[in-house]
Amino acid sequence: MSGRAAENGQPVIQVTGLTKRFGDKTVVDGFDMTVPKGAIYGFLGPNGSGKTTTIRMMCGLLTPDAGDGHCLGYDILTESRRIKERVGYMTQRFSLYEDLSIRENLDFMARMYRLDRRRQRVGQALEELGLADRAGQLAGTLSGGWKQRLALAACLLHEPALLLLDEPTAGVDPKARRDFWDEIRGLSDRGVTVLVSTHYMDEAVQCDFIAYIAYGTKLIDAPAAAIPRQVGLATWKVEGPGLAELARTLAGAPGVEQIARFGAELHVSGTDAAALGATAQARAAAGPQRWTRQESGLEEVFIHLMAQSRDNFARDNAAPDGGAAGRRA
Amino acid sequence: MTAAFSFARFLAVLVKEFIQMRRDRVTFAMMIGVPILQLTIFGYAINTDPKHLPTLVESNDDGPITRALLAALENSAYFDFRGTVAGEAEASRALRSGEAIFVVVVPPRFERDLVRGERPAILLSADASDPTATGGAIAALSGIVDGALAASLTGPLQGLAARPPAFQILVHRHYNPAGVTSFNIVPGLLGTILSMTMVMITAIAIVREAERGTMETLIATPVRPAEVMLGKILPYVLVGYVQTSVFLALALTAFGVPFAGSAAAFLVGLNLFIVANLALGFLFSTVARNQMQAMQMSFFYMLPAILLSGFLFPFSGMPGWARAIGIAIPNTHFIRIVREVMLKGAGLSDILPELGALAAIVVVITALAMLRYRQTLD
Repeated sequence: MSGRAAENGQPVIQVTGLTKRFGDKTVVDGFDMTVPKGAIYGFLGPNGSGKTTTIRMMCGLLTPDAGDGHCLGYDILTESRRIKERVGYMTQRFSLYEDLSIRENLDFMARMYRLDRRRQRVGQALEELGLADRAGQLAGTLSGGWKQRLALAACLLHEPALLLLDEPTAGVDPKARRDFWDEIRGLSDRGVTVLVSTHYMDEAVQCDFIAYIAYGTKLIDAPAAAIPRQVGLATWKVEGPGLAELARTLAGAPGVEQIARFGAELHVSGTDAAALGATAQARAAAGPQRWTRQESGLEEVFIHLMAQSRDNFARDNAAPDGGAAGRRA
Repeated sequence: MTAAFSFARFLAVLVKEFIQMRRDRVTFAMMIGVPILQLTIFGYAINTDPKHLPTLVESNDDGPITRALLAALENSAYFDFRGTVAGEAEASRALRSGEAIFVVVVPPRFERDLVRGERPAILLSADASDPTATGGAIAALSGIVDGALAASLTGPLQGLAARPPAFQILVHRHYNPAGVTSFNIVPGLLGTILSMTMVMITAIAIVREAERGTMETLIATPVRPAEVMLGKILPYVLVGYVQTSVFLALALTAFGVPFAGSAAAFLVGLNLFIVANLALGFLFSTVARNQMQAMQMSFFYMLPAILLSGFLFPFSGMPGWARAIGIAIPNTHFIRIVREVMLKGAGLSDILPELGALAAIVVVITALAMLRYRQTLD
């Protein structure tokens, strides 16, 4: 079963104008989002941009100060209890009981959702986790990767229709991260909708849709493949000798906004394609390196976006009204 | 030269500590609040020579000497006449329920017997379960009476005054005739011990969830506040039972404290008291942001619970405002229940007023706790 949303083809999450203030600080400002069923929706943005707050509002952990919406067909303001029954929420920090054993934690979660066949479900989850022989071990003694797998297993016990994952792979090694994403992809194929916040580019690439937020405001929301075009970033690839030296001299050149090293290549990007093109042609004529115009990748785009939002931070710190200015920009 | 001790580093740490101290408002308030509270309580509320003790009179003689005598008792400020009683049964009920600490009985024909030189006796029945409360008044008694009579025995009666005592005062110490202090302290200690653990453990157990982040997982599930509250509280009710059993066993054997009253009355009072403490702990947990704060709040509460509840110092000796605070503290009522049941042999009907007060406190605290408990992280 997959709830009211699936029956009539509605999006799993549809929120408009979500706003949350803590004191006089607006953490999330007029947030709109629509998540179709079965999608993997990536949530990107720098630290403190309001990702966690937004996720918490969607599953009823926080009450929005303004805005409304539906999650799995239930009103996020009035029916949060129904939403909680059908959502699996994995917190940023490991938030199972460290002083309970692995089995006790799973048992506890199964009881919280009043699941039938509890013993069997927990046993099966332990088998799938590969922790059946360590079920009596205290959860606090597990390593970061295992804690993350346990947390995921715990929030999948009640077979949720929607998974909310708040930076699930922070502090987890690359192998465990890849396994984790394989599992997420599998869940998505079975119709589970996934909303995941992350810092990692390689994870962003795995998502079907990406929303980028900074300062509680959504800057970009599009299918992953459409994002580079939307941002309008022009990129030139530079190959050849003396790249480090070149990078130093390029800084501040007309049209050059960003220089990023990718292995043996230099990616030079800017939003003013004409100015950047002129600089590129001049340098290509002068130097030993080879310059090639290419499509901007997601990586360049996100580095660009991150750099922009860091500027926002700087402005915010410098002037009392900087935050408002940053948001308008 | 590199000195082992760097003044600059020391200063940096010092400044940091002050900044942190200022940021932690609750701790700061507590540091200021505790000494003020202690000073107020010790300085003003505690009185080991309590006056204005509630007294009832059974006067079977209405002559001028009797009236002068009673007036002198009241003027001494030790005795506060609250009314009259008729007969011994009524007097002992008033003592048992705590309505009065003293009952003064003037026998029939007191004045006639006095004039005849038959040295009649005035009976002073005292609730001696708390020896501190009654001691001062009893000690002052004969002096007060002698003074009163010296003024009355004039003219033809002067002859009686000359001879030593024209009458006698019989003091009946009820419930704790030997004035054993431990009989008074030990039952009271039960309330204090239960509060200490019940309030603190509950407060900490719940705050720990918030502090470790597990509360986020907990409230992301469809769990309801009442489920969390009851589920958290009930294990500690059991802890309370164990504590009480151990305590009672020790009190009865090692201290030889009597258990004169009804076990049912004791159990009803005990349960109500435990619930009140747990609800209070739950309330603290909804205010405190970390375990340290929960601990501090519990200690902050324990201070008045020990000092203003009548546990260590006589309740009736405290000024009105301190008694008003004491009335709102569950310990005050529980200590009375325990003393009335264990020492005075009270039954369920005798402790109804205290049970009512406890129930009212439980209702108020629970309502506050449920209002404060958030099902969201707001």
